[in-house]
Amino acid sequence: MLPSGADFQQDFFSLFNLPARFQIDATTLERSYLALQAQVHPDKFAHLPEAERRLSMQWTTRVNEGYQALRNPLNRARYLLSLQGVDTQEESNTSMPSEFLMQQMEWREAQEEALQAKDIAALEELEQRVQHEVRFLQQQLAVDIDDTHDYPAASGIVRKLKFLEKLAEEIGSAFDELDS
Amino acid sequence: MALLQISEPGLSAAPHQHRLAVGIDLGTTNSLVATVRSGISTVLNDEQGCALLPSVVHYAADGEVLVGQMAQEEQSAYPHNTIVSVKRFMGRGLKDVGDVSNLPYRFVEATGSAQAPGMLQLRTAAGVKSPVEVSAEILRVLRLRAEQALGGELVGAVITVPAYFDDAQRQATKDAARLAGLNVLRLLNEPTAAAIAYGLDNAAEGVYAVYDLGGGTFDISILRLSRGVFEVLATNGDSALGGDDFDHRIYCRLLEKNGLSALPAPDIRALLTHARAAKEQLTDHLEARVTAVLSSGEVIDNVLTRAEFHEMSQNLVQRTLQALRKALRDAKLAASEVKGVVMVGGATRMPHIQQAVGDFFGQSPLNNLDPDKVVALGAAIQANVLAGNRSGDDWLLLDVIPLSLGIETMGGLVEKIVPRNSTIPSARAQEFTTYKDGQTAMSIHVVQGERELVSDCRSLAKFELRGIPAMVAGSARIRVTFQIDADGLLSVSAREMASGTEASIVVKPSYGLSDEEITRMLHDSNQYARDDMMARALREQQTEAAQLLEAVDNALRQDGEELLDAAAQARIRGSMDGLRAVIAGSDHQAIKRAVEALNLASTEFAQKRMDKSVKSALAGHKLSELE
Repeated sequence: MLPSGADFQQDFFSLFNLPARFQIDATTLERSYLALQAQVHPDKFAHLPEAERRLSMQWTTRVNEGYQALRNPLNRARYLLSLQGVDTQEESNTSMPSEFLMQQMEWREAQEEALQAKDIAALEELEQRVQHEVRFLQQQLAVDIDDTHDYPAASGIVRKLKFLEKLAEEIGSAFDELDS
Repeated sequence: MALLQISEPGLSAAPHQHRLAVGIDLGTTNSLVATVRSGISTVLNDEQGCALLPSVVHYAADGEVLVGQMAQEEQSAYPHNTIVSVKRFMGRGLKDVGDVSNLPYRFVEATGSAQAPGMLQLRTAAGVKSPVEVSAEILRVLRLRAEQALGGELVGAVITVPAYFDDAQRQATKDAARLAGLNVLRLLNEPTAAAIAYGLDNAAEGVYAVYDLGGGTFDISILRLSRGVFEVLATNGDSALGGDDFDHRIYCRLLEKNGLSALPAPDIRALLTHARAAKEQLTDHLEARVTAVLSSGEVIDNVLTRAEFHEMSQNLVQRTLQALRKALRDAKLAASEVKGVVMVGGATRMPHIQQAVGDFFGQSPLNNLDPDKVVALGAAIQANVLAGNRSGDDWLLLDVIPLSLGIETMGGLVEKIVPRNSTIPSARAQEFTTYKDGQTAMSIHVVQGERELVSDCRSLAKFELRGIPAMVAGSARIRVTFQIDADGLLSVSAREMASGTEASIVVKPSYGLSDEEITRMLHDSNQYARDDMMARALREQQTEAAQLLEAVDNALRQDGEELLDAAAQARIRGSMDGLRAVIAGSDHQAIKRAVEALNLASTEFAQKRMDKSVKSALAGHKLSELE
C-alpha cells in the first residue's frame, strides 16, 4: 500500500519546490533532491521498524522518480504536458514531417556506415549533430510550453525528440560494439 | 580530566547506545570482517592475528567442515571436497560457468525444491552443497569471529557484493548471510564501500573512479564525491573476470609448455595453486619458476617471465578498459574529468594493471589504502550508520542498479523497464492487457541485461498472474509494479485496475530461497543446532521488540503531541503496553504478534512523521546544510 498523505500525492514540481515550467533552475532541483534524500533515504531508516523502512523506500522511490522526470528535458516536457492533460500520442501518432523523416533516414544510414567502416570519428561527428538538433528542439519546447502554451506543437516536438533519443541510444550501442 | 569508564569484561560500555554491527567483504579469494570501534574502522583478526580468511571450504566425509587456511591445506589432496572461489558460482547455472573441464569439482544441477532448477550445485563427501550453503560457512566463521571480538550478538551486517552482480547473485548472497544467522542491514556495492573508506579518509571532492579487480569479479564505478554525498554516476564491469583468470592463463601456458591435456583433479588444483604463486611472484620479480610433480610422476619445471605473462593476459586487461570506457560514456564524462582513480582488490597489484589504468587516465592510480581491506573497512563504516550508531552528521549514499531490467515481449524481444544506472530504490509500473476474451491468467517474464534478445539476457523470474476477472480482450488493465530496493533486489506486485480487484500473483523465482527453505536449512544444519536455534530466535525477537518499543517511544516524545490526537496516542500506547507485557516471556509467537500489532497501530503515525520531515526538508534549514 502506498502512503496516502497529501504530500505523497503532490506533483513533482511542488515536491522539489519548483514552478511548473519547462525551463527550471537545475541547481534548485539538485539541492531539493539532495535535501529530500537526506530525509527519506533507506539508509536513515535501516535501524527502524519495518513499517518505517517500507515508507522510506516508497518515498525514496518517488523522489528518484520525480528527479528523473524533471532532470531529463524530454521527460520533463512529457510530465508537464501530462499535468495539462495533453496526450503526446507517442505510440499512436506516427505522422512526422517528411523533412524530419528524411533527416532521420540519412542519419541512420550514416550510423550504419560508420559502424560498418569502424569509423569512430564519423560516429562522434554524427553524435555531435544529433545533440545539436536535440538542443535546438529543446529551445523550441521552452517557447511552446512556457511562453505560447502551444501544447499540440510541444507534443510534436516531444515525438521528434523521442526519435532522436532512440537514435542517440543506437549511436551509443555502436560505440560499444566498435569497442569490443 | 574525565574519569575513564571501565566496563565489565564481555560487556560493552554503553550497551543501549552502541549497537554491534559489522561490514563483511565476502570475496572470491579472501573474506574479511570489520567494525567501527571508538570511531575508527578496524578489520577484525582471527586468533592467529590473520585478517584475511581464505574463502575456501572443505567438507570431510565424517561431516566436519573446515573453513579458511585449514581448508586450503586440504585442497590438493581433496579437490572435489574443497571448494575454492565459490563466489563465481553464486546465483549461477551450469551453462553460465562455461568450460568446467578445468575446474576440479563434481557439478550437479539442482532439481529439488530447495533450489530452483538449473542452479549449479557441488557434490562433496558431505553431500550435495549449493554455493549459498558454502558461502554461509564462510560467513558463519566471520560472524563468530566478530561476536567473540566484540563480546555480544550482532545487530546486523553490511555484506558487500560486486557492483556488477545481477539480481540472482545478490539474492544468493543475501540468502547465504541469512543462512549464516546474520541480519543483513544492506547489500553494499564493493566499489562504493571502497569510495566511502577512501573519501572519508581523504576528504575527497570531485569525480573519482574506483577500479576494483578482485579474485573473480571486476567492477568499475564512477562516483561524484561532494561534502556529505557519495553519488554513483555509472557502473560497469564483468562478474566473471578476476585474478583467477590471470592464474588460469598461466595454468594453460603450463599445460601447453608440457604438452599436457585432461589432468586428474588433484593435479588441476595443484597446478592452479602454482600458477597463482607464480603470478604473485611476477609482481615483484621479472621471472618466476614453477616446479611441480604430477600424480603420474611427471616433473614440471618451467620459468615464466613477466613480459610473457603480460603478453598472455593483455586481453584480460583490455576487457577491463572496455568496461571502463562504457562506464565513462554512461556518466557522460571524459577520462580527463576524473580527478582520482582508487585501486581496489588484490589483483590490482599486478604491474601491468597499474600501468594500463595509469595510461588510460593520464595519472598515477591511488594505492594509499590496502586494496585487500578497503572494501571491508568501508562496509563497516556504513554498517555503523545503518545500525543507528550515528546521527546528524552522516552522509548520503546514492547508488545505482548496474544492469537494465526488462520484460519479454512478442518475438523474444526485451522491453527495458528500468534502465541501467538508475538510482535505487527505483520502481516502474507497467500496464498489461489481455489478448483473448475471457482470459484469466497471463505470464510475465522478467530479464536483466543490455541485449535485445531475451535469450541473451539473464532470466530473473517467470510468473503467472491469475485471477484476472473474465472480460473482453483488451479491456482488463493489469498494473504490474517492479520495485528495486536499496539492496538492488527486485520484487514484483500486480493489481487489476479496471475491475478494481487485486489480482492474485504467483511468483516463481528462477532462483533464491523462500523463507521456509531458509528455516528448514537452518534446522538441517548440524553446525547451527549447536548454536541453540530456538533460544537465538527468541532473543532476536526480543531484541527486535525492544528496538521497536524504543523507536516508537522516541517518536511519540518528539512528535506525538503535534501530530496525533489524544485517542490516537492512547491507541499506540495501548499496543506498546501489550508488547511490554509479553516481551520478557518465552512465547516467541506472542511477542511476534504483539510486534505486528504495534507496527500496525503506528503505521499512520509513521506516515505523518514522514510527511513532516519531507516538508522540513524543503523548508530551508536542511538546504542550507547541504550548500
